[in-house]
Amino acid sequence: MPSEEELYQEHVLDHYEDPFHRGTLESATHAHEDKNPLCGDVVRIELKLNDEGKIENLYFTGDGCVISQASASMLLEELYGKTVDDLKDFSAADMLTLYGPRLTPNRQKCCLLSWKVLQSAVHSPLAEGGES
Amino acid sequence: MSAAKTVDQSALLPESLRDDFPILSRDILEGHPLVFLDNAASTQRPRQVIDAISNVYEHDYANVHRGIHTLSERSTELYELAREKVRAFVGAKHAREVIFTPGTTASINLVARSWGGANLQPGDEILTTVMEHHSNLVPWQQIAAETGAVLRHVPITEDGRLDMAAFDQLLSERTKLVAVCSISNTLGTINPIDEITSKAHAAGALVLVDAAQSVPHMPVDVLKSDVDFLAFSGHKMLGPSGVGILYGKESLLDAMPPFLGGGSMINEVRLDSFTPAELPAKFEAGTPPIAPAIGMSAAIDYLNHIGLEAIHRHEQVLTQLAYDALSQIEGLRILGPAPKHRAGLVSFAFERIHAHEFAQVLNDQFGVAVRAGHHCTQPLHALLGISASTRASFYFYNQPENVDCLLEGISAVQSMFAPQGRRRRRKHNS
Repeated sequence: MPSEEELYQEHVLDHYEDPFHRGTLESATHAHEDKNPLCGDVVRIELKLNDEGKIENLYFTGDGCVISQASASMLLEELYGKTVDDLKDFSAADMLTLYGPRLTPNRQKCCLLSWKVLQSAVHSPLAEGGES
Repeated sequence: MSAAKTVDQSALLPESLRDDFPILSRDILEGHPLVFLDNAASTQRPRQVIDAISNVYEHDYANVHRGIHTLSERSTELYELAREKVRAFVGAKHAREVIFTPGTTASINLVARSWGGANLQPGDEILTTVMEHHSNLVPWQQIAAETGAVLRHVPITEDGRLDMAAFDQLLSERTKLVAVCSISNTLGTINPIDEITSKAHAAGALVLVDAAQSVPHMPVDVLKSDVDFLAFSGHKMLGPSGVGILYGKESLLDAMPPFLGGGSMINEVRLDSFTPAELPAKFEAGTPPIAPAIGMSAAIDYLNHIGLEAIHRHEQVLTQLAYDALSQIEGLRILGPAPKHRAGLVSFAFERIHAHEFAQVLNDQFGVAVRAGHHCTQPLHALLGISASTRASFYFYNQPENVDCLLEGISAVQSMFAPQGRRRRRKHNS
């Protein structure tokens, strides 16, 4: 069982307190939101895709535990400027590795919430808003 | 700060009771004995219950109500003795009014499907409350959708008690059944069941009580409270999981159609028809939870030996202690009413810190087991404007020192997650 020192490593708490791109994206072309029904963690990701499938920009909003919110920040920072294909290649195992501290199965769900949301978001075009 | 030192020792049960529970002396982490404060989810078992279960498997086990052979007779006798113990424990008139089910959820579903399916008409109303566990909401939603009945919900007051003025307003001749918990598993609120049954009956409605949180913790008397249906679980009262109880008044159970069909619940079967058995077999299709029921019987013996009044008194002390100390913590919001209106649990939420952090650090650093999440009361949490809370729930084997551990852990979590002006290492210039 991981101890709390391992679980809440400095870089995790740094992302929690000083997140990458927390907020909304006015020029978003795609967006998706989901929650973890077990605990109520919620994450919404808005992103701008260009014609070549590049993620030009992306932002997240959400509410939940340190792991769910810090992992969203890490994921967005990692995929910023990458392509939809890069995202497709970025597996759940990659997400857990990016996060760092070893997690029990229940807490892995917290960590993977934003990853699942982003995987869906690139296939969820907004009805209006950003140009296509 | 030690809250434990200020306690009225005379209201407490002896700490030596803990010795009956093997799991309580185990270290959860190295050097951290278990502080188990998740009793509202499920309690632990004393040696007496564990032994009763292994005894039945070692000496007396066979299927019940079937064989002529000795073991079947022995296990049938023990199983029926368990039914009688439950009858006396809740003050029912007849043992045949006690149905063994897999648990509270199954008991409520039995009533919803059997009684609800046979009696609810379009426009009829089922009155439940906003503080119910999902198990006392979803079955009613399902049967309402099937029958055209309408579900109504009694709101709560500002301090988390049932709004009885609203109850009076909502109760009408259209109300066919009131489904209510005796104690909220999230707020801890003790509901006025006697008042509810008397008002509901005056309006011509039946009352089903979800007693999962009260039967293990305080005396229950179905005759005195004039309850029509009572549902509870073995595993929340020192017994095994997999066994629960539905108590129902004989006249009601008699008039209800069988729920599950199969072996045991029949009188005679032909290829295209059957006649149902008498109570209680009518509602016990298939092989019942034999060993769990016998284990539950041993749990009832154990609880009777201590006394439910004494258990309630002990838990009141712990609850008052926790409530008073938690009330002093800035930014912490206690869910539910003052101690005099609540049973042995306290749920709380912080503005800044998620319940997961509390549960994780309390476990990893202090060996304290609490529940974090919505405790199967999502509508109530939504109403309170929060997505999750942390719940500490007590039983008679918890001591004031356990409350101290909880408080120590909470204060550690607070400082651990306090804003410190942290900056993440930049990867991008954006």
